[in-house]
Amino acid sequence: MDFFNRFAIPHPSFLIYASMVAIGLTGIAVILGITYFKKWGYLWREWLTTVDHKRIGIMYLISALLMLFRGGVDAIMLRAQLAIPDNKFLESQHYNEVFTTHGVVMILFMAMPFIMFFFNFVVPLQIGARDVAFPRLNAISFWLFFMGAMLFNISFVIGGSPDAGWTSYFPLAGNDFSTSVGSNYYMIAIQIAGIGTLMTGINFITTIFKMRAPGMKLMQMPMFTWSALISNLIIVFAFPVLTVLLAMGTMDRLFDTKFFTIGDGGSDMLWANLFWVWGHPEVYILILPAFGLFSEIISTFARRNLYGYKSMVASMVVISAFSFFVWAHHFFTMGQGALANSFFSITTMAIAVPTGVKIFNWLFTLWKGKIEFTTPMLYAMHFLPLFTLGGVTGVMLAMSAADYQYHNTMFLVAHFHNVIIPGVVYAMLAGLTYYWPKMFGFMLNERIGKWTVWLMSTGFILAFIPMYITGLDGQARRMYTYSEATGFAPLNMVAFIGAGIMAISFALLVYNIYYSVRYSPRNIGNDPWNARTLEWATHTPVPEYNFAVMPQVKSTEAFWDAKKHGHEIFKGKIEKIHMPNSSGLPFIMSCIFFVFGFSMIFSIWPLAIISLLGILGCLVYRSFEKDHGHYIPVEEIEDTETKLRGAK
Amino acid sequence: MKELFPIKQVMGFVFSLILTAVALLVYFLDMSFTAGITILLLTAFVQAGLQLVVFMHAGETEDKGAIYSNVYFGILVALVTIFGTLLIFLWDM
Ligand code: HEM
Ligand SMILES: [Cu+2]
Repeated sequence: MDFFNRFAIPHPSFLIYASMVAIGLTGIAVILGITYFKKWGYLWREWLTTVDHKRIGIMYLISALLMLFRGGVDAIMLRAQLAIPDNKFLESQHYNEVFTTHGVVMILFMAMPFIMFFFNFVVPLQIGARDVAFPRLNAISFWLFFMGAMLFNISFVIGGSPDAGWTSYFPLAGNDFSTSVGSNYYMIAIQIAGIGTLMTGINFITTIFKMRAPGMKLMQMPMFTWSALISNLIIVFAFPVLTVLLAMGTMDRLFDTKFFTIGDGGSDMLWANLFWVWGHPEVYILILPAFGLFSEIISTFARRNLYGYKSMVASMVVISAFSFFVWAHHFFTMGQGALANSFFSITTMAIAVPTGVKIFNWLFTLWKGKIEFTTPMLYAMHFLPLFTLGGVTGVMLAMSAADYQYHNTMFLVAHFHNVIIPGVVYAMLAGLTYYWPKMFGFMLNERIGKWTVWLMSTGFILAFIPMYITGLDGQARRMYTYSEATGFAPLNMVAFIGAGIMAISFALLVYNIYYSVRYSPRNIGNDPWNARTLEWATHTPVPEYNFAVMPQVKSTEAFWDAKKHGHEIFKGKIEKIHMPNSSGLPFIMSCIFFVFGFSMIFSIWPLAIISLLGILGCLVYRSFEKDHGHYIPVEEIEDTETKLRGAK
Repeated sequence: MKELFPIKQVMGFVFSLILTAVALLVYFLDMSFTAGITILLLTAFVQAGLQLVVFMHAGETEDKGAIYSNVYFGILVALVTIFGTLLIFLWDM
């Protein structure tokens, strides 16, 4: 029995036991459901083994939405606890676990896969390619991410959640202060997902450099593809730091090394330093694709080409470099002198300049445009003012002397939610609404969509603007309760109501999907938004090979120009198409990774060694495997094409 | 025959062996810490550059522009990270 004791939860509560039961029941229901409808074969053939970038994209999307739900429930719990003073809903330990999980899940397992969904689904279509450069690697990326995320998610029912914050600062996260396996989960689950992300970075840089349609020069790529390129570039340079950092943290926790200890020559501050060397670029990895999506959406619905294409690209390139020069603004109060702080203050303020350039470019694009207020455009219109507010408070935080007042208060929490929600989350939802018809062949309902946007902004303002005020009044972040005498109570109640309204707006989004599945018209054609870029030039649903004939590109908005001037982008006749084969290996290897991670977390060494050998076995097998892909014959392509054209 | 002989690679291989030998000297000879670490840093970076250019064929294809800009960008980021960290932890702590 001793062996099994380690899987028990150190700080049990009724809520956790209830979720255990819920997880068990859902698991059984899913397995029974798939068996009953005889879908195992379909699942394996069409999804688990696929290397098609569109399907991988959709799996990223589903994961992201699930994680949004998980992180959202956490958020509501946090706000409920703080809604009234001296609340007893969550104890301090449980509160710590919930905010840690909320942060990690939202950034790494919600926002990251959401942008991966857009990279996967949109980029190859936008540049006129048939898949990514390394389709098999792409599947490995997804499954590693997925297994990492699942590993992290079971922590609260097996062994205990991490509780040292999403930043997991040492010495708190070290063995002395975090005695449960929680922080092992943090180190190893994020490591596994992070390796997947790094591979995605390499994959998409190569794809964008090497697989563009004939004629498409770099300076003619659609803006979203540009943002994806820059974002992946930052991934490739930032994620190795995370990999090394987590490896060092793992060794400190499992093998008693002394990288981040207080004594014995270690330095706990080194963790904070390296964490933000990765962490700051990470926030730009998230926001740049969001900018890219808004660029596409704003130019589509202002019916104008994007103002200042070159300055948009230039500002992203500048951001990609500068995002590596500012990390110390996250710990101005750590004890370094005024010289170091001034340096990082100035670089931080400087990075607001290219961001401002982009805001003006969007405004100039709107200027004299024939604006059409669709749901995605409405998100963009709410994004502009709200995000600007978040940027301005960012510049306030950037002043190192003033940051001594703001740091680690609710003011900071308000800042980053203010950039991440109107920035990243709105872009994700706008993009989801925008690309939904391309994926599934029908539109989401516009009326419900607009209600969602307005509710979400109302909820957002109520939930987060009060935090600026209580933060300035001294309410610290990560405090599980406060007394009546502080006077924080009324505004925290407002914030709770705001969070509730946001929850309602997400529920409305789900209802919208249900409603549109049932009632939306299906005959919408290939280009329902009258858009400008290549992804709208191919059929809906997009055939496996994306484009029967490779598009010929002469301008930034190839498809728009083709529509306006009537020239043909698909010249030439249909030839057989070479496509990659599906493979079960990525899925199997990632499952072994899961087992490996799990046994590392619980220090079950024999199993760790066996699964490590299994991973190596997969790698060796792959090296000797002969896989030349397959050809789709011309007749089959012609068949598909006529069928898709007929469906129009 | 001359065209087939990979003279560049053979020379590169010999040179990289020499670099390795020089780096090993730091262990066998008795020298100051500064001298030793200088030799190690120099030989390490020359070695890395050599591998990249001679054996990983950077610069032999038409996308050499992209490859080298990536490398330079990486160097820039690494230098800024190292010197920024030194600034925080040593020069101004
Ligand atoms: C105008 C641009 C921006 C500036 C000047 C800026 C500045 C800052 C500063 C100085 C801090 C640290 C404050 C403190 O800890 O006391 C901070 C925190 C943060 N920022 Fe920003 N920021 C900007 C944009 C963004 C964007 C676009 C995102 C994300 C998409 C973002 C996400 C975050 C996060 C997540 C944190 C806090 C992390 C934590 O401590 O848990 N920021 N920002
Ligand atoms: Cu930052």
